[in-house]
Amino acid sequence: MSLAELICPAGTPAALRTAVDAGADAVYCGFQDATNARNFPGLNFTPAELAESVAYAHAKGAKVLLALNTYPPAGKVDLWRQAADTGARFGVDAFIVADMGVADYIARTHPGIRLHLSVQAAASSPEAIRYYCENFGVKRVVLPRILTIPEIREIRKEIPCEIETFIFGNHGLMVEGRCSLTNYLTGQSTNMDGVCSPASDVEYVRHDDGSMSSQLAGFTIDCFGPDEKAGYPTICKGRYAAPHRPEGYYAFEEPISLNLSRLLPELIEAGVHAFKIEGRQRSKSYVRNVVKAFRAAVDDIRAGREANIADLVALTEGQKQTQGAFETKKWR
Amino acid sequence: MAVMKMTKLTLGPIAYHWSAERRRDFYASVADEAPVDEVYLGEVICSKRAPFQEAELPTIIERLERAGKRVILSSLAEVMLKRERKATEDLATMDSHEIEINNAAGLYARGKQPHRIGPFMNAYNEATIKWMADQGATHVVLPTELPFPAIDAATQAARDLGLGVEVQVFGRASLAVSARCYHARAHGRTKDNCQFVCEDDSDGMPLTTSDDRPILRVNGIQTQSESYVDLMREVTRLTGNGVTHLRLMPQAVDMVAVAQLYRSALDGSLDLPEVEAMLRQICDKTPLSNGFFYGEAGYRRIATASPA
Repeated sequence: MSLAELICPAGTPAALRTAVDAGADAVYCGFQDATNARNFPGLNFTPAELAESVAYAHAKGAKVLLALNTYPPAGKVDLWRQAADTGARFGVDAFIVADMGVADYIARTHPGIRLHLSVQAAASSPEAIRYYCENFGVKRVVLPRILTIPEIREIRKEIPCEIETFIFGNHGLMVEGRCSLTNYLTGQSTNMDGVCSPASDVEYVRHDDGSMSSQLAGFTIDCFGPDEKAGYPTICKGRYAAPHRPEGYYAFEEPISLNLSRLLPELIEAGVHAFKIEGRQRSKSYVRNVVKAFRAAVDDIRAGREANIADLVALTEGQKQTQGAFETKKWR
Repeated sequence: MAVMKMTKLTLGPIAYHWSAERRRDFYASVADEAPVDEVYLGEVICSKRAPFQEAELPTIIERLERAGKRVILSSLAEVMLKRERKATEDLATMDSHEIEINNAAGLYARGKQPHRIGPFMNAYNEATIKWMADQGATHVVLPTELPFPAIDAATQAARDLGLGVEVQVFGRASLAVSARCYHARAHGRTKDNCQFVCEDDSDGMPLTTSDDRPILRVNGIQTQSESYVDLMREVTRLTGNGVTHLRLMPQAVDMVAVAQLYRSALDGSLDLPEVEAMLRQICDKTPLSNGFFYGEAGYRRIATASPA
């Protein structure tokens, strides 16, 4: 059986301490700049905060993984290198990377620190994963959220590194690291700036009939009736019309969360080493509840006890949830 | 002017599921009439479509080569299933033609044999380009969303390493790929029973917002821009800066005419306003955009003063 480490989000130093206290085996975080894929206002760490946070986590036996998982545009590579150097100086336990140039730099400059391949690298076949393992010494791959469990089991047999999968949170459905939707509408790039449907471009517009539209950079992403709760305008969760669907429909995916709690035992059995909880943008209380619930479930499964899956399912109660691609090919 | 004469016009791989017959006719006219130097062939988007093209491929290659075009074979952007892994490996181990690789699985199979880096490989910066060159890359297609200062820096680095540098100047931008087929989804199907509905949309399936604003195009697992990227006005800045290849993506418009206009822009044989007006006419109602080049929202059309 795999170790089933629990990898938890830390958008702020307070969230990091909360996640560690709630039983995270590792937390992942990033600096307050374009070097990571959650470059949102009010989130992330100054170098001093990272230093304190690493000390806090290590004192409690938890690891800190530093996300450097965006793609530096030419001419700005130094920012990513400096971020890696800073992380190394403070003793982070691993870097999460996507760009080959960044991976190459870290492999050469900080060979003692583990490299994890970010989901942003979109490595979804044994060959692609082996490319990063053999060239940069990658020790773990974060798999894209597009594979079924039998497929994960097969990949596991063919690669020389550990597997981490998302189990809970945002349901990203585009191949990550290959998405310019946000840049097309807003001028800010997910890959280069770490930005996805940025809040600064969001507007909610109330109409005369009481309905509300959610807009991104002036484009209407979804519409809601007077009594509906208006969702956040993420482009790939928007409602659009097509020639065959003049009434409008969720062309890519409904606004929905990923929750794989029911599949947890199967994923452990398939050889997944680590489970990632998404949500660096989430509150401390969210982090506390989710981490505690998954901690208990993973401990139960590892001890051979029946896990209380109902508690995990309840975490997203009232919201739509999905097992996405993991359960069946029919998702595709 | 000497620099511009050396600049090559290329035709990227067809992103859509055009029928075998349409492809044959298309490439026949490209061979006979389009002033492009290099043509990329092969299915990049969906492995299910590939069998429909394979029979015709040798004929098309022969036809284009007879017309003096260099043919490069492009690999799949997404590699996950057994057939995709096999197709990628088969292509990457070929030595009859130059190949363009669009997925790390292809790089793995290719080893240090020479190859081109496709637009899906995320060659965003000089460090990555240097790494790729050390592994045998001879040519790199830069990401479509790269703004000019980064194109500039990346091009300098790639040229210093002796690499060819290519930028898409015309056609819809690829904005995302997924494991899910959105064409099938629109028709209430899944990828496995899609019945190739994507063939109905030769220029992508339009999506419009609830207030009737065109926004995106769906092409199977790919999401594209509603606008055609058009860098006609920026061509001299690209070539002056060392970009060696300008890519035209095949759209369902008169691509021979598009290629002729871009050739005129490169040669300076026609006035820019005149060329632009003709291109505008060819593209009919489709908006033209250059926002990515200026670091603005990609759909935007940034006005610039006419180059002297």
